[in-house]
Amino acid sequence: MENLPLMEGVFAFCVGLLTAAGIYLALRGRTFPVVVGLTLLAYAVNLFLFSAGRLQVNGAAILGKTADYADPLPQALVLTAIVIGFAMTAFVVILAIRARADLGNDHVDGLSSSNSAPNEQKNHSHHSHQQNAEKSTNKPSGSSGDNPLPAAGTIKTDGADTSMRPSH
Amino acid sequence: MSAHFPVLPVLLPLLAAILLLLPPLQYSKQGQRVTAAITLVLTLAVSLWLLVASLEQTQYYILGGWQPPFGIVLVADPLAAVMVTLTSFLSLSVLLAVFSGHDEAGHYFHPLYLFQITGINGAFLTGDLFNLFVFFEILLIASYSLLIHGGGKEKTKAAFHYVTLNLLGSVLFLFALGILYGSLGTLNMTDMAIKVADIGDNEQELVSTGILLLLAVFGLKSALLPLHFWLARTYGAAIAPVAALFAIMTKVGIYSLYRVHVQVFGDHAGALANQITIWLWPLAVLTVAVGVIGVLASRRLKDVASWLVIVSVGTLLFTIALNSAQATAAGLYYLIHSTLVTAALYLLADLISSQRNQVGDRFVSGNQVAYPKITGMFYMVAALVVVGMPPFSGFIGKVAILQSATATTGQIWVWPTILISGLAALIALSRAATTLFWRLRETEAKETMAFPVWQCSAIALLLLASPLMVVFGGDMIELTQHAAKQLHAKQTELPLGELDGSHGALIIK
Repeated sequence: MENLPLMEGVFAFCVGLLTAAGIYLALRGRTFPVVVGLTLLAYAVNLFLFSAGRLQVNGAAILGKTADYADPLPQALVLTAIVIGFAMTAFVVILAIRARADLGNDHVDGLSSSNSAPNEQKNHSHHSHQQNAEKSTNKPSGSSGDNPLPAAGTIKTDGADTSMRPSH
Repeated sequence: MSAHFPVLPVLLPLLAAILLLLPPLQYSKQGQRVTAAITLVLTLAVSLWLLVASLEQTQYYILGGWQPPFGIVLVADPLAAVMVTLTSFLSLSVLLAVFSGHDEAGHYFHPLYLFQITGINGAFLTGDLFNLFVFFEILLIASYSLLIHGGGKEKTKAAFHYVTLNLLGSVLFLFALGILYGSLGTLNMTDMAIKVADIGDNEQELVSTGILLLLAVFGLKSALLPLHFWLARTYGAAIAPVAALFAIMTKVGIYSLYRVHVQVFGDHAGALANQITIWLWPLAVLTVAVGVIGVLASRRLKDVASWLVIVSVGTLLFTIALNSAQATAAGLYYLIHSTLVTAALYLLADLISSQRNQVGDRFVSGNQVAYPKITGMFYMVAALVVVGMPPFSGFIGKVAILQSATATTGQIWVWPTILISGLAALIALSRAATTLFWRLRETEAKETMAFPVWQCSAIALLLLASPLMVVFGGDMIELTQHAAKQLHAKQTELPLGELDGSHGALIIK
């Protein structure tokens, strides 16, 4: 029992870290990080719901068996939230794959490759830094950020790559 | 038997939807249509019964026989019953338009449609905040699939944004629920209303955080100002009947604001009473302002309808911010009116679009519509209803809201905003009609098409509701006032059940 404050601290830190990481990823420009971010947020909220009934060590979920009892309701709520979160994640993954196939790239705004690739090359001369920063996030090495052409080319290749499309 | 009626608006569409997924009906177009129509007629009948019954006494249904506040309880009070009846009527009318061939793009349109109605009715009927979350998810996951029904780039793009935003909304909802359960120790809405009144000082900040988080969640559903960006694109991408059904979705958000922020955390919440009012005033004014700009800037009829949804949401926010039974009653009347007429506008946009070849419902000159008389009539009536001209329900709704704001401090905000928004809608819709019906360019051969019976009957049914709401205006106002009075009343006790030996279920005395 003397470990309870420590446990509460670690617990709160975990929820906070998961939420922060989830929000950061959900704000990214590609669908995959967004989906992962949503999943992390779902984990964070599940942990948080669990703590809504107060953290207890060695507490039975039945009244009268022990002096400290664990509230069973948040556990039921978490279970429901997990099931719903699972279904929603499955749906959003399928939707992201569908968007990749329909739109030819995995940007959340679905930059259509045929129209926007030439525009992007033009735009680069005006406000290149911002766009480069966005494009180069996908690349492990930031070196290509100086040259706008490879970044725009990446998009183009994605669009031309039809092998990824499911045949319907 | 009638003791089980409160659960039927949820159960009937759910069971029918499951039935439609099974072999005999799975691929039969006719069978699916007939089953869906019969189900919705039955749902409408049950909800009318509920409405009548709830006027005498609020109907409770205790699921699983768990004594409130421990189990989930369905509460069919007048407000919930009105909303369920509205949903049933809307969904039945829109279904007629679906019969014109929108359901042929995929096998699962009707099951998804019925799942969506399950979720909406459940959200209206439930008396438990966590259960509200669950029904939100049911209606959302059905709406995700309905949104991309028919396929295409636009739909996929809009759907990804819509899904992501709503998943973030769900996460916020769960955070709010965790906070509220942690501090109040209950999720039953009646119980929450009782407990929040004498909450301890050190828990107040927590509860207040939960209340404001819920405002963000419901604001996202109902498309309040900073959270409205998804609406126009989503509704613009969906096929017309789906967009028409979605007309009730923003109203689910508004209903939740009424239910949670007026009934539970309203006047009787002690130190935490009316936490959100201070936020609602600027949000309402700005939502209407942005909606008006959107209406004037739209380049197709469907977008006009979408921005009119946002204007109506802003108008309804005023009725919550005014925070009186009179304003809520006016708001409820306006809510019914605006839901039906926006749905009619979406269907009308589709009707016009189908008669004008490539140009669709965009505001450019094109062919004359194939059936100018009936289409023009529908358009004129719909425009008069939206704008709020005298013989129709929009007029009564707006006058009631303006009256409820008279002699309050908010009058200076409500009056000009609502009147200017009406003027803007008038300008936008008359300008649109000039282009759609009069600026013709007869270059192509006029298209001959069969008379769109289903679409026209759906629009006629939805528009007919407006004059009926005027003819029976007295009864309608009385009904909404009754619902509003109950919403603003102080919650004093939980429904107490007693064990009924024959059924093994709790029956409300």
